[in-house]
Amino acid sequence: MNLHLKVWRQKNAATKGALVSYEARNIPEDCSFLEMLDLVNEDLLSRGEEPIAFDHDCREGICGMCSLTINGIPHGTSDTTTCQLYMRKFKDGQTIYIEPFRASAFPLLRDLSVNRSAFDRIQQAGGFISAHVGAAPDGNAILVPKTDADHAMEAAACIGCGACAAACPNASAMLFVGAKVTHLASLPQGQPERERRALAMVRRMDAEGFGNCSNYLECEAVCPAEIPALVIGQLNRDYAHALVKESL
Amino acid sequence: MNLLIKLWRSSIGKKWLVALTGLALLGFVVAHLLGNLQMFSGAEKINAYAEFLKANEKPLWLARIGLLICFVTHILATLSLVRMNRAARPDAYALKRSVQAKISTRTMALSGLTVLSFVAFHLAHYTLRITDARFKVEAEGGLLTSAHDVYHMVIMGFQNPLISSFYILSVGLLSLHLSHGISSVFQTLGLETKKSAIWMPKAATLIALLLFTGYASIPAAVLSGLLK
Repeated sequence: MNLHLKVWRQKNAATKGALVSYEARNIPEDCSFLEMLDLVNEDLLSRGEEPIAFDHDCREGICGMCSLTINGIPHGTSDTTTCQLYMRKFKDGQTIYIEPFRASAFPLLRDLSVNRSAFDRIQQAGGFISAHVGAAPDGNAILVPKTDADHAMEAAACIGCGACAAACPNASAMLFVGAKVTHLASLPQGQPERERRALAMVRRMDAEGFGNCSNYLECEAVCPAEIPALVIGQLNRDYAHALVKESL
Repeated sequence: MNLLIKLWRSSIGKKWLVALTGLALLGFVVAHLLGNLQMFSGAEKINAYAEFLKANEKPLWLARIGLLICFVTHILATLSLVRMNRAARPDAYALKRSVQAKISTRTMALSGLTVLSFVAFHLAHYTLRITDARFKVEAEGGLLTSAHDVYHMVIMGFQNPLISSFYILSVGLLSLHLSHGISSVFQTLGLETKKSAIWMPKAATLIALLLFTGYASIPAAVLSGLLK
C-alpha cells in the first residue's frame, strides 16, 4: 500500500519544528506502524537524508516505550499501542499525520521522540512500598479479597506510556497517577504509606507541569491498558483525605 | 485556613473548590427555580414570596454573600486551573481528534462565560431594576403596584422577545454547563463507582433538562400569552 505521511520533524527542543510530507510506497499491510516507519527510514537513509527519530523498545505492546500521535489520537487507535497497530487498519492512499506526544512535561528530544522521565519522577516520589518484604510470601499469608485484587490488577496494568497525558486537552497525567495510587491503595501492603504516597505523587505531578482533569475522559478512551477513569476519582478522594489529615 | 490555602495551592484541591462551590450554586439554581415557578400560581402567591424574602433581610443577605463567595471562588479557581492547563500544552497538535469527550464538556468555557454575562444582566434587570424605567412603583413613575409586585415586573420584562430569547439561551447554556458539572462533581469528589459512572451522566442530563424546562417555561408562557 502507498501512504502520504505528514511527519513532525524537529532537530531538537531549541529549534522550530514543522510537518514534512513523505511518500511511503509499497508498504505491506501486515507491517506494524513502527515497521512502516523503519521502511520509510531505510528509504531516507538510502537517499542520504536524516532518518525520523521515534521511540520504541519491546514492540510487543508491554513496555510503554512507543508513542506517536497518529491522525490526532495517541497510539492511533483506542485499544492498543503503536507497535501493535498494523497498517491494515489504514486505507491505501490515506494521508497520515504523525506527531509527537505533546505536553510541556514531555519535552521534545528530536522529531517524534519525547522525554517522558516526568512519569518516572512521579513514580519515584511515592509510587512504591518501602517495607522490605523479602522473598515472595506464601500464597495465602496475606489475605486479599478477590474484588480488591482485581481492582489492583486493573490499575497495575498501566505501562506508563503517556498516551493519557498526550490525549488530554489539558495534558493531565491524572489517569497515570490515579492508576499508580489505586494499584497500591487497593492492597494491604500499600496501606501504611497510602496518604503520604497520594500527597507526594500529586505534588510531583503538579511540579512537573501537567494540567489537571476536566473529565473529558479522552485518557480512558486511548489508554492501551484500558485503565478506567474511575482511578482519577480514587486519586481525588485519597489526595483530599490525606490533605485534610495533614492540615488538621 | 491552613486547609484552604493547601487546597488552593494544589491542582486537585482547586478542583475540589470548583466542585463544592458548584454544588452550592446548583442548590441555588434549584431553589431559585422553585421560587420562580410560583409565577404559575398567580400574582398574589409570588408577590407574597417576594415580600417574605425581603422581610427576612439577615438570612437573605447571608445567603447572598455566601452565593457571591461561591460564585467568585468557582470562577477564580477555574481560571487558575485553565491557566495551568494551557501552560501544560503550549504547542498544539496540527491535527487532534477527540474520541469520547462530550459537547457539554468541550463547551464549559463558552457556557460558563455566557452564564456569567447573563447573571450580570439578570441582576441589573430584575434585582437592581436599573435597565427598565417601568420597574418602579406608580408613585415614582413606574408601573408596579408595589415594590414587591414581582409578578408584573416579570411579565413586562419577558414581553420583550429579545430579553426572553437571551434568557432562554442563557438557561440553555447553564443547563449544558450543569449536565457536565453534575456528573463531574461525583468524579472530582471521588464518589464515582463503576455503576454510577454509567448512570450518572444520564441522570445529570435529565436534571439539566428538567431545570431548563422549568426556567424556560416562564418566558415561554409570557411570550405565548399564557401568563399576562
